[in-house]
Amino acid sequence: MKLKVLGQSEADSPDSVIKEGCSKKSCGSTNSQMSHLPEHIFEKVKNHPCYSEDAHHYYARMHVAVAPACNIQCHYCNRKYDCANESRPGVVSELLTPDQAVKKVIAVAAAIPQMTVLGIAGPGDPLANPDRTFETFRQLTNKAPDIKLCVSTNGLSLPEQVEELCRYNIDHVTITINCIDPEIGAKIHPWVFWKNRRVRGVKGAQILIEQQQKGLEMLVERGVLVKINSVLIPGVNDKHLSEVSKVVKSKGAFLHNVMPLISEVEHGTFYGIMGQRGPNARELSELQDECAGDMNMMRHCRQCRADAVGLLGEDRGAEFTLDKIEEMNVDYNAAMEKRAEVHAQIEAHRARKEQESVTWVANPLGDLPSNARPVLMAVATKGQGVVNQHFGHAKEFLIYEASPAGVRFIGHRRVDQYCSGDDNCGEGVLATTIRSLEGCEAVICSKIGYAPWGRLEEAGIIPNGEYAMDPIEDAVAGVYREMFKSGHLIIASNNELRA
Amino acid sequence: MAFSINDSCVNCWACLPLCPSHAIEANSGGATRFKIDPRKCTECDGDYADPQCSSICPIEGAILNSAGEALNPPGSLTGISPECFEKARIEIQERAR
Repeated sequence: MKLKVLGQSEADSPDSVIKEGCSKKSCGSTNSQMSHLPEHIFEKVKNHPCYSEDAHHYYARMHVAVAPACNIQCHYCNRKYDCANESRPGVVSELLTPDQAVKKVIAVAAAIPQMTVLGIAGPGDPLANPDRTFETFRQLTNKAPDIKLCVSTNGLSLPEQVEELCRYNIDHVTITINCIDPEIGAKIHPWVFWKNRRVRGVKGAQILIEQQQKGLEMLVERGVLVKINSVLIPGVNDKHLSEVSKVVKSKGAFLHNVMPLISEVEHGTFYGIMGQRGPNARELSELQDECAGDMNMMRHCRQCRADAVGLLGEDRGAEFTLDKIEEMNVDYNAAMEKRAEVHAQIEAHRARKEQESVTWVANPLGDLPSNARPVLMAVATKGQGVVNQHFGHAKEFLIYEASPAGVRFIGHRRVDQYCSGDDNCGEGVLATTIRSLEGCEAVICSKIGYAPWGRLEEAGIIPNGEYAMDPIEDAVAGVYREMFKSGHLIIASNNELRA
Repeated sequence: MAFSINDSCVNCWACLPLCPSHAIEANSGGATRFKIDPRKCTECDGDYADPQCSSICPIEGAILNSAGEALNPPGSLTGISPECFEKARIEIQERAR
């Protein structure tokens, strides 16, 4: 018998469309993060899962892999992109022609009415494949006018393509900018293909940087929203990214997304093979905090594949392979009506929540003495803003910071992320999970087994299974209060000082 | 006079749209990698100073000249020659400490 699990959507129930992908009640700073945006920008981003923390609980996005070619090399990228079991940018399973992509988008939009955004992000650079990218956008602008289009680029050929881009239903562009110093650039991008030649080293990086900055300015001038993605590479651009943040902000970028370098030897990237390490969770979070003084930061990015489908953090791509969409017959006009209904329901739900949250602002930890130190906690959840996942089933944890100032969402950490090619289960996975929780002093989940309980305690992390089905913020505040009462929070612990 | 593509090709498509002679064929119809039609390839003579396919190819050793030599030999794209590889690896690991 299949038990009904809270947090899973029931087919056809009116509320089933309001499924929340990640699971935070407020994701911390939704309103403050967005509140300073001018009204016209806020209108554009409020339903975009990749730009609005709140929207990513409700709306889904998809990427279509129509753009295989690339015009630069990045040391964190491997141009062989056919792995089905990995989730990271640049990886796809099936390359699509523009016609196939349009068919897939229509099929997904009909099946997942919450899908509001179609992005082209690769697996190469969309603007290095202008014919394929723009043909896809052109068809979708006509056939599915209720879908927002966006594009992600390295920026090398952006200035030349801005005019064409502005012809479609595109109001967001993401540029990956890892540096504004060509000496640093040469350590990340060994060459660019520019005016029919391969240009290497500092000279190539200089061209890339100039084009990116020019492209950013041109887009801002035309009122297109620009988000900047940066890959944090320890020892290369870690000291430099706060400067990047300042410069792109001054030029009008509206959001900065600093992502950790993903680098494993089995990915076959230059950095992977050379043993360039990625940042640990603390390094990432510290840099994000440092940049946040200057810039609106994004913390809920899931670094998804160039063919991802669904809510952030989930991938339903396997339901929409070419052979499957071939058999689907979609009446898009009917689908559009259904989509509009679903969107209206979501908006009504969000408006209700917004009202409720007004009564919710009181800080549950405000009565504690302000010298109690802050604590990071990891929460296992499947959605709906409550603690509802077994420790052993969690593929990612949401990280919260509790302090006398309140409960704040910090980010998420994935565990067991990559296909390592062997059946390395059990002990190995547990060790990896515990490593991924570095810096956290408690784990809150609905249930936890005896063995992992012991291992967590050995690692100095307090396991807690007492808040099953409680709202996350309440659970985090409750555990913090217990830690305070037991005297954990008065003196800075050595754990905190560990690298 | 023609270039060729060997098995290390990763089918990334970068070369195909650049070829002025439309000599490059995609890996369709059961072929596992891209091919250059030797009857059409001009090595970009008269069109560009640098041959286009080998100037954008991201894989060292994947495109060969008519003598069978790699147009992008080992180390030419990473900027690290095979002799310096170990030294570079140590430097890269050191800088992130």
